[in-house]
Amino acid sequence: MSEVALVNNPNVGLDKTQKGGPYVNELSTLNLGPTHPATHGIFQNILTMDGETIVDAEQTVGYIHRAFEKIAERRPFYQITTLTDRMNYCSAPINNMGWHMTVEKLLGIEVPKRAQYMRVIMMELARLTDHIVCNSILAVDTGALTGFLYVYQWREFIYEIYEEMCGARLTTNMGRFGGMERDFTPVAIEKIHKLLKELPAALKEFEGMVMRNRIFMDRTQNVGGISAERALNYGFTGPNLRAAGVDYDVRAMNPYSSYEDFEFDVPVGTKGDTYDRFLVREEEMWQSLRIIQQAIDNLPEGPYHADAPHYYLPNKQDVYHNMEALIYHFKIVMGEIDAPVGEVYHSVEGGNGELGFYLVSDGGRTPYRLKFRRPGYIYYQAFPEMIKGTTLSDAIVTMSSMNVIAGELDT
Amino acid sequence: MENQQITDALQAQFGADAVYGVTESHGILQFTTGVDNIVPMLHFLYAHPEFKFQFLTDLAGIHFPDAKGQELGVIYHVHSLENNVRLMIKAYAPIDAPHFPTITGLYAAANWMEREAFDFYGILFDGHPNLTRILNMDEMDYHPMRKEYPLEDATRHDKIDELFGR
Repeated sequence: MSEVALVNNPNVGLDKTQKGGPYVNELSTLNLGPTHPATHGIFQNILTMDGETIVDAEQTVGYIHRAFEKIAERRPFYQITTLTDRMNYCSAPINNMGWHMTVEKLLGIEVPKRAQYMRVIMMELARLTDHIVCNSILAVDTGALTGFLYVYQWREFIYEIYEEMCGARLTTNMGRFGGMERDFTPVAIEKIHKLLKELPAALKEFEGMVMRNRIFMDRTQNVGGISAERALNYGFTGPNLRAAGVDYDVRAMNPYSSYEDFEFDVPVGTKGDTYDRFLVREEEMWQSLRIIQQAIDNLPEGPYHADAPHYYLPNKQDVYHNMEALIYHFKIVMGEIDAPVGEVYHSVEGGNGELGFYLVSDGGRTPYRLKFRRPGYIYYQAFPEMIKGTTLSDAIVTMSSMNVIAGELDT
Repeated sequence: MENQQITDALQAQFGADAVYGVTESHGILQFTTGVDNIVPMLHFLYAHPEFKFQFLTDLAGIHFPDAKGQELGVIYHVHSLENNVRLMIKAYAPIDAPHFPTITGLYAAANWMEREAFDFYGILFDGHPNLTRILNMDEMDYHPMRKEYPLEDATRHDKIDELFGR
């Protein structure tokens, strides 16, 4: 094999001493994205290829940056909930409730047990939708469309439960500071019971088709792996970190919203490859069902929101007939109520990792500074390292299994 | 592992005046330190046999226009997963020379976090491998999260605070 002149590519900071060299072919540049059907969102990756092998990748993010952190500095607290919807839009209720809990921590509001259990149910439903999307789309990316259709109708069904609880499907804006906006309706309860009864069969069917499928296993095993040390160093959280073998789960480690009342396992993988990420998400769906079952069986009686008139919108009937309710209604809607001075960091286990809110309040009606810790933004930077030396088709399934959501990546 | 232990160990290592402004927010220890102390302090906390702050949760920039000489700040959120203890370290620098050392040598996760802080606040992380804008477009010539850039059009009259008694 004779020596080949290397192409100097100005787009990529290519380290020629890295593994893989000397290169067999002339290096070529390939643009994966910004809009590519297999990336499920707007991401650009400028790949440097040696034949079919990826030598290096440079990522460009920010295509849908909407300046949420800046906007939040001008908005009253309750109006920020709608911003959180649009981060990880595959599991919006978790974002909403994470934000509500952060503000409740700042304000010192104690949420009643029933509202906490209701939140747990909604958050676990959101986790189910998130993992259904990620895993079934991963199967689609490897060429298996049928399994996707089996489980996707249940995501649709969970969206119907969202509709019952807040009127919206994707950008939910669910709940309020102090609890939930409304109690479970009989329809919602009935639908949750139906889901608990019938989703396991669909999930089993999906797993039967995909999990031990030879083609799927060949496409995903030993693809896009990362060691536990590197994953921790890169700030991985959520299923991606657990697939690498670290049992860090915010729900288990720093329980919030009564997660300590429920029994559930934290599944971990060993290799941190695409197949392990898939398996961890599958098992988490079973654990979510287990948590929902426990929560709905032991749903406490009582109010579904805290007695916090300064922050919780009064009943519409009271607004028309009760002076105080009218005043509070006006003050809340106009954002007239100042928050106490303080600093809070609160994190919840989002669909794809630790979703943190760092809130600095200077005593005004808006946050002085609000920083979202978006798990996807932090772990996506490991992507070039994970796909180096693999082929383009492996890069696609690796990205798919990492569950990178464009809205969350770019805030 | 108590929060007091951490501050004691840091003060023994770096001197009593290296750790100040110690507070606790909902169980999370917070303190301020000098910019020069950031890297040695994080390395110390990382390698300490008991503390093991080996996980960088987040890094946030912040701007206080009224604090003369220390307008721009960086808040490091580190987490000791073994002990389940979180910690916030803050440091401030003047706005005309906002130089901070990079911590990408210790945490790979800091790469994009520092780029984000640079992008939005103009904080310069010395030694960073690729300190360029990340979420905003490259042609932008200002750092939008600084407080001097109002969010809304100042000529609008329907949102004047006075009209609402604010």
